[in-house]
Amino acid sequence: MSQSDRDLTEALADEVRQAHDSGIRLSLAGGETKPFLGRSVEGKRLSVREHCGIVHYEPTELVLTARAGTPLGEIHDLLAAHGQWLPFEPPSFASCATLGGTIACGLSGPARPFFGAARDFVLGVRLLDGRGQLLHFGAEVIKNVAGYDVARLVTGAQGTLGALLEISLKVGPLPPASETLTREEGLESSIRRLAELAAKPLPLSAASHDGERLFLRLSGTEAGVRAAANRIGGERLADPDAFWQSVRERTHPFFSLPGPLWRLSVPPATLAPPPGGGRLLLDWSGAQRWWKGSAEPTALWEWARSMGGHAALFDSGRCRLQPLDPGLFALHKRLKAAFDPKGILNSGRLYDSL
Amino acid sequence: MTPSPLASFLRGGGAQEAHGAASRSCSPQEILRRLRSAIPGCPVLSEPEELRPYECDGLTAYRETPLAVAIPESIAQVQEILRVCCALRLPVIPRGAGTGLSGGALPRSGGLLLSMARFRKILALDPLNRTARVEPGVTNRAISEAAAPHGLFYAPDPSSEVACTIGGNIAENAGGLHCLKYGLTVHNVLAVKILTPEAELLTLGAEALDSAGFDLLALFVGSEGLLGVVVEATVRLLPRPPLARLIVAAFASVDSAAAAVGKLIGRGFVPAALEMMDNLAIRAAEEFVHAGYPMDAAALLLCECDGPPEEVDEQIALAEEQLRESGAYFLRLSCSEEERLLLWKGRKSAFPAAGRMAPDYYCMDGTIPRRALPEALRRIARLSAEYGLPVANVFHAGDGNLHPLILYDASRPDELKRAESLGGRISELCVELGGVITGEHGVGVEKLDQMCIQFRAAELAQFHRIKDAFDPEGILNPGKAVPLLHRCAELGAMHVHRGTLPFPGIERF
Ligand SMILES: Cc1cc2nc3c(=O)[nH]c(=O)nc-3n(C[C@H](O)[C@@H](O)[C@H](O)COP(=O)(O)OP(=O)(O)OC[C@H]3O[C@@H](n4cnc5c(N)ncnc54)[C@H](O)[C@@H]3O)c2cc1C
Ligand SMILES: Cc1cc2nc3c(=O)[nH]c(=O)nc-3n(C[C@H](O)[C@H](O)[C@H](O)COP(=O)(O)OP(=O)(O)OC[C@H]3O[C@@H](n4cnc5c(N)ncnc54)[C@H](O)[C@@H]3O)c2cc1C
Repeated sequence: MSQSDRDLTEALADEVRQAHDSGIRLSLAGGETKPFLGRSVEGKRLSVREHCGIVHYEPTELVLTARAGTPLGEIHDLLAAHGQWLPFEPPSFASCATLGGTIACGLSGPARPFFGAARDFVLGVRLLDGRGQLLHFGAEVIKNVAGYDVARLVTGAQGTLGALLEISLKVGPLPPASETLTREEGLESSIRRLAELAAKPLPLSAASHDGERLFLRLSGTEAGVRAAANRIGGERLADPDAFWQSVRERTHPFFSLPGPLWRLSVPPATLAPPPGGGRLLLDWSGAQRWWKGSAEPTALWEWARSMGGHAALFDSGRCRLQPLDPGLFALHKRLKAAFDPKGILNSGRLYDSL
Repeated sequence: MTPSPLASFLRGGGAQEAHGAASRSCSPQEILRRLRSAIPGCPVLSEPEELRPYECDGLTAYRETPLAVAIPESIAQVQEILRVCCALRLPVIPRGAGTGLSGGALPRSGGLLLSMARFRKILALDPLNRTARVEPGVTNRAISEAAAPHGLFYAPDPSSEVACTIGGNIAENAGGLHCLKYGLTVHNVLAVKILTPEAELLTLGAEALDSAGFDLLALFVGSEGLLGVVVEATVRLLPRPPLARLIVAAFASVDSAAAAVGKLIGRGFVPAALEMMDNLAIRAAEEFVHAGYPMDAAALLLCECDGPPEEVDEQIALAEEQLRESGAYFLRLSCSEEERLLLWKGRKSAFPAAGRMAPDYYCMDGTIPRRALPEALRRIARLSAEYGLPVANVFHAGDGNLHPLILYDASRPDELKRAESLGGRISELCVELGGVITGEHGVGVEKLDQMCIQFRAAELAQFHRIKDAFDPEGILNPGKAVPLLHRCAELGAMHVHRGTLPFPGIERF
């Protein structure tokens, strides 16, 4: 069990209830490592960080339940001690990142296309809605279709639908063997090769291109990884963890290039370059692309939409998400009102007037 | 002040009115006339003999005759239908293949049944991005067949795969034998185009791995036809594993088989499928298909490993060792594809096999934490004895998803009621053990009462608010999946009245 183990449910519920009753806007905070992911929020700061501790973990069930303020690092350590991990490889951006902030941001790392996204591993949540009501959705079991899947809905909603208090996650066994292969290869031919490889039954667990080189990570059983590595060929990377960490945590030198950063989420085999010149770093086997370039946001959004995806701009510590179609946005607003009728929870974090 | 959820719900709002189902005073003839003139050329069935095949879905104990059945073939026609129904406040019940087991596609008297069966086109198959874009009436199996030439397949494989539609799979978040490794429907769908009850076309999700805004796709999957009509889906395809091998392991006690499940998974190895059958199911299946199961076994585990050959060999060795350590007294490993399919055949024909043991059977569905498997099976056996109805267990052991089959004879007075009551007790047992009342079949009309045990008033009220956000008039599949709060209140009162409140610790209202 964790050293810090505190249940602040009552106090947090009181705070949200009071804010609701007096119409005070709240800005939810975890480890406060990711303000850049959304827009800034006006409001009284409500920290969930002290509400922490691992509530339940039984390795044989492959399920872990922890309070939202629990540091992600503590969860990684506990899982590693039992040969397990969070297969969606969430980035943490700093040691103080919390589980709540991570799930609220819905972030997934390099393994995402092969093992699934944060939302795929969320089994249940306890949250406070905008009335200060404590609600529990989902459970600690893997298959559950009772009621609407609110636990997955709030994953990635960045606290606009509720303050997460407790989260149950499916965890996985750490693959016994892992190896990263690399070779010099152009971007376009890498995209083609990745599409080819991903259609084959190979134990791929990450695939990236940094502008010059293709990087492929294989994870699985010892024999499986060895056989696949022999089939694919390429140089073995000496310190693969450092490389994948730099991609996951956005510390790779690419991210220090000057200018605004775009995240392009597109079908992985997309060959067309974004409009305007710039440099690309591919992750998620091509499905998540980081782009350093300058273009009118509307042109990028139009491009991403025409490719079947969407784009987000990180500029001067702010994030601007792809605008939603009016019909879809209206539905977002109705759902927001269903969870937070007075609009006090992280309002404006994702979109203006949401 | 926060109004109590009960009060705010009872004050009105779409969902409640829809339950009352007052279509704006309009005669059935007038409704039919308006429907037919809105969609010329689209079949609108209304003769009693035409309606009969649509009276029920796979939960045949519940039947209802709809006012009419519309069978459109274009999105524009569905939009016209929805516009008429919205204007008249006429309930609309979407239907795929009607294989659902919880009454989700049960018609409503006086309402319209909307069959999506003619939407059968595979619109695009993209081998480079490994996706298929399909119409909602395409069957689950047809997607994998279309993908096969590219070495790809659509992973969720419910036993009903030859018949059930992708629209129905999305509505129920269907699972299958191999979802232990490959995930449920929610993990394998990238985008859906839906029509809102007001006939607005929306895309949830994207062809990329995520989309901007809330994850409405995740919310929509498993919403049982209450939030929108699926008119198109883009699903993810996976590379077909080159090799699959199945181990059949026999145990002398249900307990040791159940314990083996936890140990296998605790060893850090997740098989492609891990299924369990108890003795009654083994005997029924063996007599039916002669798969070569040991008839004297108290329980069988079927454990499949798939992937590249090197990986499979390693996993099989690990699994065999673990199964033996856990007390398996008989192990058989498939050595050819024919043998593998034969060994699976027993498991896959468990339903029809059970059908030969009794005139009727009732298939239950619930999930429990794996650690509770031994206790759950013991207590189901006790309940079976108490009710005097045999129960066969064939289920997805790897993810704790139980499917007790209750055998009964509907021609005997009271037996259907007893079977349903036994089913209700099993659902309650799942909740008590820390699980849920349905793992993959949905709530439909079948488990409305059990929803009152699973959730408190506050969560149920929140579900109704979500429904209102999508369907303010409450015309889509009204009355299903989420019980009205007063139903739960009455049920609570009833339980207390009988003096057998199942969980005194659980909050009631
Ligand atoms: C240089 C740098 C680069 C980074 N790059 C990335 C990146 O590429 N991708 C990425 O994902 N992150 C990035 N981050 C940080 C990021 O901020 C998260 O990774 C982090 O996991 C969030 O955890 P937190 O506890 O710090 O959340 P916070 O930063 O405190 O909060 C993040 C969001 O979640 C909300 N929130 C927090 N707790 C809760 C709760 N309990 N319930 C509801 N809502 C809550 C907050 O209101 C806020 O909207 C980066 C950080 C830095 C410093
Ligand atoms: C023998 C047998 C075995 C089965 N095995 C499994 C199994 O292994 N795993 C499993 O998960 N299930 C299983 N099922 C249950 C059933 O097959 C699934 O629930 C399936 O997903 C239902 O699909 P359907 O097309 O028949 O839908 P229907 O039964 O027609 O409808 C089911 C629900 O979906 C809604 N719906 C249908 N089409 C649409 C649409 N286009 N838009 C919006 N809503 C829609 C309906 O309103 C209804 O609520 C089994 C059933 C049988 C009879």
